[in-house]
Amino acid sequence: MNAEKSALQLQTDQYIVNVGPQHPSTHGGAHLQTVLDGEIIVDTVVKLGYVHRSVEKIAESKTFTQFIPYTARLDYLSGCLPPLAYTQAVEKLLNISPTERSEYIRVIMAEFSRISSHLLCIGSLALDLGATTACIYCVRDREQIMDMFEMVGGQRLLLSFLRVGGVSHDLPENFYPAARRFIKELPKMIDEYHAIITGNEILQKRLKGVGRLSAEDALAYGVTGPNLRASGFDYDIRRDDPYGIYDRFKFEVPIDSGGDAWARYLVRVEELIQSARIIEQALDSLPEGDICAKTPRLLKAPENQDIYHHIESSKGELGFYIVGAAGKDKPHRLHVRAPSFINLQVLPMMCKGAKFQDLITNIATLDPVLGEADR
Amino acid sequence: MDLWFTNIANYIVQFLMSWGLPYFWADLILLIIQWACVLAIVVLDVIILIWLERKAAGFIQMRLGPNRLGPFGIFQTIADAIKLMTKEDIIPNKVDKWIFLTAPLFMIFISVMLYLVLPIGEDLAVVDLDVGLLYFLSLSSLTTICVLMAGWGSNNKWSLMGAMRAVAQMITYEVPLILSLLGIVMITGSLRLSDIVAAQSHVWFIIMQPLALICYFIAATAELNRGPFDMPEAEQELTAGAYTEYTGMRWALFFLAEYTNLVAVSALFACLFLGGWHGPFLPQWLWIPIKTYAVICVFFWIKWTSPRIRMDHLMSFSWKVLIPLSLLNIVLTGFGIEIFAWVRGL
Repeated sequence: MNAEKSALQLQTDQYIVNVGPQHPSTHGGAHLQTVLDGEIIVDTVVKLGYVHRSVEKIAESKTFTQFIPYTARLDYLSGCLPPLAYTQAVEKLLNISPTERSEYIRVIMAEFSRISSHLLCIGSLALDLGATTACIYCVRDREQIMDMFEMVGGQRLLLSFLRVGGVSHDLPENFYPAARRFIKELPKMIDEYHAIITGNEILQKRLKGVGRLSAEDALAYGVTGPNLRASGFDYDIRRDDPYGIYDRFKFEVPIDSGGDAWARYLVRVEELIQSARIIEQALDSLPEGDICAKTPRLLKAPENQDIYHHIESSKGELGFYIVGAAGKDKPHRLHVRAPSFINLQVLPMMCKGAKFQDLITNIATLDPVLGEADR
Repeated sequence: MDLWFTNIANYIVQFLMSWGLPYFWADLILLIIQWACVLAIVVLDVIILIWLERKAAGFIQMRLGPNRLGPFGIFQTIADAIKLMTKEDIIPNKVDKWIFLTAPLFMIFISVMLYLVLPIGEDLAVVDLDVGLLYFLSLSSLTTICVLMAGWGSNNKWSLMGAMRAVAQMITYEVPLILSLLGIVMITGSLRLSDIVAAQSHVWFIIMQPLALICYFIAATAELNRGPFDMPEAEQELTAGAYTEYTGMRWALFFLAEYTNLVAVSALFACLFLGGWHGPFLPQWLWIPIKTYAVICVFFWIKWTSPRIRMDHLMSFSWKVLIPLSLLNIVLTGFGIEIFAWVRGL
């Protein structure tokens, strides 16, 4: 607020440019009030709320099962991840344990969601920097995952086939060869990205040293996910606080000490490989059995209890805080810890003194989804 | 075959004079016909080029590009043109009306004027000025003013930012553009474009002036606001830069001018470095379009495979790399001429 006020009083040649809410590169309806001095950014004020749909309030009037499709509309680019966080939170509240097979299916779908989200992040980063072709390459490969989602849930983007206690139906037969083929082709795709994105000198110059975020600042602001790991802080909930069956898989957590846009890009590319590793292991050890645990038709919270469950979403720590009331089939109150919202808070700090074009780079590498930030 | 067009022109003049017209008027009518031809070529070129660019982009991005209207979607551009012409012409309330309205007209006018000096064959230019190269370069730098007019007149911050970027960029790249061509002028000793092409009958300047070629090509890309240097438009940052407030046909005029410039600069490139009308088998007036389109395809290729450069990198690249290189080229050319003369004298 302060910056806005002082900027309006300025009599010098500084001026305010409203980047968004209708702007091609704000990744949705973000509104960045930017104070510019020529091409140099003096200050940025992030204004959110353009995609606010009061999802948290809706949760209070929907039963636990009815709310699942709404979660998919939070981070609409990561398919299964928000429903996964929510269903696991409800399971924690209701003391339900999902079946073995469904746990594996969830891991496979969650990691595919992460890959699709990261592919789109890399692609839109390239697009925001003007490399249209590189974006098309990423979107082309993401298309394969979208096709797999369609096979599984009938929906390409907003997949909500997760249920409390398992999943709604089994993976179809044609899913396995498609998944195997994607895992096999992924290294080749990444080589292509390296050729067209990583190896490009203009792009390197635009990413290296831009939007530097130190690990201390990142922690102070509560930044999580790939953005935190790119600042050199080694934290991944999948490994440090395993949920579901993540403790059964071998994978590495890529970190980079650079803290700049270049590091954030590289960490995401590296995470593609690690996600593929997890999927491969899960596919190999997929057990037979039921896909959903026996649950009562109407799920009711057993006692007055607050629970918090967090997962490593593609954007960072995605958490659901549910206040359950005894005997009720709806949450008394629900709060979403949205990583996109919290990650966006560092944007003004990162952009101060940078060039206007770096603002676009910084938003793209922070990778916010406004559906999640505004809720 | 080489002289087809010259013969037609001579025939027209003779035909008019046989009616008793004095030579001056006959020549003037011929000039008007030539102007009309230039305009027709420009429009036709742009229609083909927009289609070609979309096809090339589709090829690079592994998609089909336009493929619905006519064979290979070749009529797509015509449909687009009709759409643009029938669109509402919005003039926002707060714009500086005269500047806003005249900017696209000046832009297209200047772009078409560039064609007058381009020699399409031996003795086949509309006006073969003895300072043709100077005329071309000075006129093409005038487009800067049109972009500035569009940006300033729109009374929009995005437009103004785009226009400021355009001015900074075009003025910066004007310097290496001209300096890189000085080597050729030193060798030929003439600014007349037909002289420069005639001097390449044995060796093209692409071989004699490789350094100048690189400098000129990069500077020309920046001058055209294309490829990695499309800063003034930069739709991901500035929505549409200087052209944000333009709609329908006015916007289309800028678009038209951009492609017209592209063809003119590529044709100049063909004349200066690729031997102009010289080539085996085919008639002269076919070689120029072939070479021009080859150069244009390289422009497409660069544009669709590279990201946009940052403004400050762009400026420092020109001042720290391109200008020293083009100055070096002048020095090397000077030494080359002296050594060549000395060897000849032996």
